[in-house]
Amino acid sequence: MALLQAKEITMQFGGLLAVDSVSFHVDKGEIVSLIGPNGAGKTTVFNMLTGVYEITSGAIEFEGKEIHRKTPQEIVDMGISRTFQNLRLFGKMRVIENVLVGTHIRTKYNFFDGLLRTPRYQKEEAEKTLKAIDILESIGLGDKINELASNLPYGDQRKVEIARAIATDAKLILLDEPAAGMNPAESEELLRFIRELRDKGYTIILIEHDMGVVMNISDRIYVLDHGKMIANGLPREIANNPQVIEAYLGGKREK
Amino acid sequence: MKEKKSLNLLAPFESFVDKFKVPLSILVGAFLIAVPFLGASRVAMRNLVMIFLYAMLGMGLNVLLGYVGQVSLGHAGFYAIGAYTSAILTTTYGWSFWTGAIAGACVAALIGFLLGLPTLRLSGTYLTIVTLGFGEIVLMVLRQWESVTNGNYGIRSIPVPELFGWELTLSNGGFYWLILFLSTVTAIACYTIKNSNAGRTLIAIKEDELAATMMGIKTTRYKILAFVVSAFITGLAGAYYSVINNGYIEPNNFVFNYSIQILSVVIVGGMGTIRGMYFGSALLMMFPQVFRFLNQWRFVIYGLLLVLMMQFRPQGALGWQSTLPYKLPRRAKKALAEREKAKTVQ
Repeated sequence: MALLQAKEITMQFGGLLAVDSVSFHVDKGEIVSLIGPNGAGKTTVFNMLTGVYEITSGAIEFEGKEIHRKTPQEIVDMGISRTFQNLRLFGKMRVIENVLVGTHIRTKYNFFDGLLRTPRYQKEEAEKTLKAIDILESIGLGDKINELASNLPYGDQRKVEIARAIATDAKLILLDEPAAGMNPAESEELLRFIRELRDKGYTIILIEHDMGVVMNISDRIYVLDHGKMIANGLPREIANNPQVIEAYLGGKREK
Repeated sequence: MKEKKSLNLLAPFESFVDKFKVPLSILVGAFLIAVPFLGASRVAMRNLVMIFLYAMLGMGLNVLLGYVGQVSLGHAGFYAIGAYTSAILTTTYGWSFWTGAIAGACVAALIGFLLGLPTLRLSGTYLTIVTLGFGEIVLMVLRQWESVTNGNYGIRSIPVPELFGWELTLSNGGFYWLILFLSTVTAIACYTIKNSNAGRTLIAIKEDELAATMMGIKTTRYKILAFVVSAFITGLAGAYYSVINNGYIEPNNFVFNYSIQILSVVIVGGMGTIRGMYFGSALLMMFPQVFRFLNQWRFVIYGLLLVLMMQFRPQGALGWQSTLPYKLPRRAKKALAEREKAKTVQ
């Protein structure tokens, strides 16, 4: 059974059909990419999966349970977490604090434990802090935990977003253009990290424009254009799909 | 240019304070406790009391404004609720100040909860207008509900607090020590809240509400929590105020101006900081006193200063970002040190 299953999901904003009965599935341990030209509806799909938008019709199942009527908070709790296309870090908080906010949903101690610094607070706060440090070290930000998030270079800020998403103990991580703004060396490193995540048992859905990244890392690819799914398959199938080439280049390639 | 220079001084200053924090806090603490023995005049003691009181009020509003980023223009309402609840319980029902003050704070917190429940779904500006209305409604109730609040005549002969038979007054230093104690406890509480899951959550909501939601944070619940904590602190400060005002409070002690004054303390001192509340309060309380010679002009200068402040230092006088490393929980530090040791052994 698929980890995530989207069945003919549709998103309509007034007269605009942003996503038109799109179906796809993601199996556990896969890296699946969602590609398409600008305005194809990729980020809208992410917003539908994470409960930011209430879908107009269709159904989304995660681990066999319907999630499309749940709040974003409940969906995070079930194990889906995401990053944002336009960075949404907590800029005036330190890097480690950003990641600690990610652990919020798994934090059991309550307000009064924190106020009075009970043993429960001390134990759990230490555990969570170590966990945050481990995540940051694994993503290569071990020496930047004290920095303010807004002071980091763009590529590092993207990494903090990923670290924050991991900290929620998500099983499925949605990455919205993680390589945007990174130089080739950085995106190479990011690819390695994303693969490592997959090897650790995470499942990943990726929105990405950099075809080098997409073709290199994806197990499978879905292609969206004008809100419709126009193709899906293995990277090499997609690369040679005439419909995809047309969507990207706006016309048939001369042969 | 000036900004750069002060930044360069900040790091050594902060690490110095951090390094010697134990002796420094003992020194400052001992000095503050000893102040009443230094033979200051009644006026000076009264000013000092007001500075600590407004620092505490600032810390109360700061939980809302500095942490979660909601502006309240009605905190005089919570201040009044704390003061009146405590005053009524001590005069009519013979409660002691201590239980009356706790009750006052709890009633303020409860009203904060009830007010927050429907309104905190509103975004920024609308919430501010609601709090503005709240402050006015409280004032109306105080003026009109004569059977309980005695209307415009206010409540008289509020007894001074007693501690094991010792009556606390302004001249014996009791008022001063009491507010020193209350504001210190408040400061410690704000510090521990800020450095726990709840505090991080509040600041995350202020920084980016959508991102916070997508981290699984129930934002409305945490905004209500901030409102309740803020109202509790403000109510407790109100209860204290009811006993130091010559045993007399009236609705005029809680008009809109006071909400603005509390707001100014937070903004001038530095939103989100605790040190800033003491500084902002000292500045605001002392300014009219020190510049008395300017006569009517002092408020013009005062307003001008606020405008300049907003323009050139919107983060507040002491609103700097700490240059110190993140303070790791003790057990985490220990675990990391052990890990480091294990690594070198290998």
